[in-house]
Amino acid sequence: MGTFIQLVFDGLSTGSIYAALALAIVLVNQATGLINFAQGGMAVLSAYIAWQFTQWGLPLILAILAAVVVSFAFGALVERWLMRRFERGDPDTAVVVTIGLLTLITGFCAWLWSYNNRLFPSLFPLETVDIFGAAVSVRSIGTIAVLIAIMLLLQLLFIGTKLGLALRAVAINPQSAAFSGLPVGRLLMVGWGLAAVLGALAGVLVAPSLTLTPGMMDGALVYALAAVILGGLSSPIGVVVAAWLIGILENLAAVYVPFIGHDLKIAVPFILIFVVLIVRPQGLFGRKVVVRV
Amino acid sequence: MTLLELKDVTAYYGPVQVLEGVSLSVPDGGAVGILGANGAGKTTTLRAISGTVRAGGSIVFDGTDIRGMRPDQVAALGIAHVPEGRGTLGDLTVRENLRVGAYLRKDRKQIASDIDYCLDLFPNLQNRIRSNASALSGGEQQMLAVARAFMAKPRLLLLDEASLGLAPSTAKNVYEAIGRLRRESGIAMLVVEQNANLAFTLVDTATVLETGRSVLSGTTAELKGMDEIRRAYLGG
Repeated sequence: MGTFIQLVFDGLSTGSIYAALALAIVLVNQATGLINFAQGGMAVLSAYIAWQFTQWGLPLILAILAAVVVSFAFGALVERWLMRRFERGDPDTAVVVTIGLLTLITGFCAWLWSYNNRLFPSLFPLETVDIFGAAVSVRSIGTIAVLIAIMLLLQLLFIGTKLGLALRAVAINPQSAAFSGLPVGRLLMVGWGLAAVLGALAGVLVAPSLTLTPGMMDGALVYALAAVILGGLSSPIGVVVAAWLIGILENLAAVYVPFIGHDLKIAVPFILIFVVLIVRPQGLFGRKVVVRV
Repeated sequence: MTLLELKDVTAYYGPVQVLEGVSLSVPDGGAVGILGANGAGKTTTLRAISGTVRAGGSIVFDGTDIRGMRPDQVAALGIAHVPEGRGTLGDLTVRENLRVGAYLRKDRKQIASDIDYCLDLFPNLQNRIRSNASALSGGEQQMLAVARAFMAKPRLLLLDEASLGLAPSTAKNVYEAIGRLRRESGIAMLVVEQNANLAFTLVDTATVLETGRSVLSGTTAELKGMDEIRRAYLGG
């Protein structure tokens, strides 16, 4: 029983990191209709920026806050100077541009900070607490708590504020939103900026356990995309639940299904996707897109 | 005083020229109709004004040349476009749609009382205030689209085919409410409408477009007196 609880908490914790990245992907997708494959790369860049700030002597929490601010600006600039040129064209082109951006950012990080693993300090102490006889790490609980806080803040932003209302309006119908005077371009920049902030948080949460490398988020990106597909592109709650599910299942399968083990656990979410897409192509929580003619 | 003046406005969709020279003017507080067959350029004329299609010629609103401005900049000057197909924000509730309409305003109290005014103008929306716009009937969506445009407190309303797809009695209700809105608010209106009989209940003057060119304009009384207008647009 102790092992089981421990595995569930660890799964929720890694799932929370996939969830933060998946939420970023959903945010951009809702606003612009495209999948940003560079989201993971941007998260790595943010983590490196935070690490650089700590190297310059800033306390960790301030370094992270500074990296969050820089990430917001970077996300907004990517929208303004890069993606906007492709937003009106073929969506496939825009997606390929994001893949190019991923390569570019990864290369840039490697050039500036090398491929060597960098130790990234953890926000949380390396202690464990006892929950129902299981030793659960404070880091896991902290990571889960941060994600829940992120979700509450996002909910507050989108439901409770004028900016959130405007972001939703632009996501639904940019042209119609502009007729009410909403500055669509600037709101898209904010959307990309917010997504970059979510990625930055995912990056600094995962960096202590994986250590910082340019390809650190590649695996997480794959899982995040799996969560996005599983949960449904149109459902933020759905992708978080899916990300948690993926995190837990891969942990449990690795331990309890001998055939899978740690080597094959990466396959678990994809088997899940396979099954879900056959039964519900719109994802577990997503809505069918109906095109009216 | 002239609020909006179009002179020789041209517009293209790709290589196809849709407007070949549209001229018309809307006086402050006046209501002008645009009549014409399918493809004559009625909708494109409105789109040229609101900045959703690139246009040539001159479009002057209240002394400012607005040609080439972005739609949100045009809206900020006081022009509200109710597009063909209504453009309501489906995943937002009726109240949220109205709040989006008031996005540029800062007068919170006045916004609340304007929402009440909209619900008085369109009582159907009262019961649906918490519903998503996508759950509304076609008539209710059209009412919401007009109400949302009003929430911006514009000086000019561009109204595109407000009767499209509605039952005749619903369309009549919508136009009666818009007529009341006009009387009580004094907002100027530029109205595109297939159903000329309906349009004439609202507008004072109208301009007739043929293949992207304005060919004729006059008061509704003058136009009703012309045989060819009666035959083409008023059903005999």
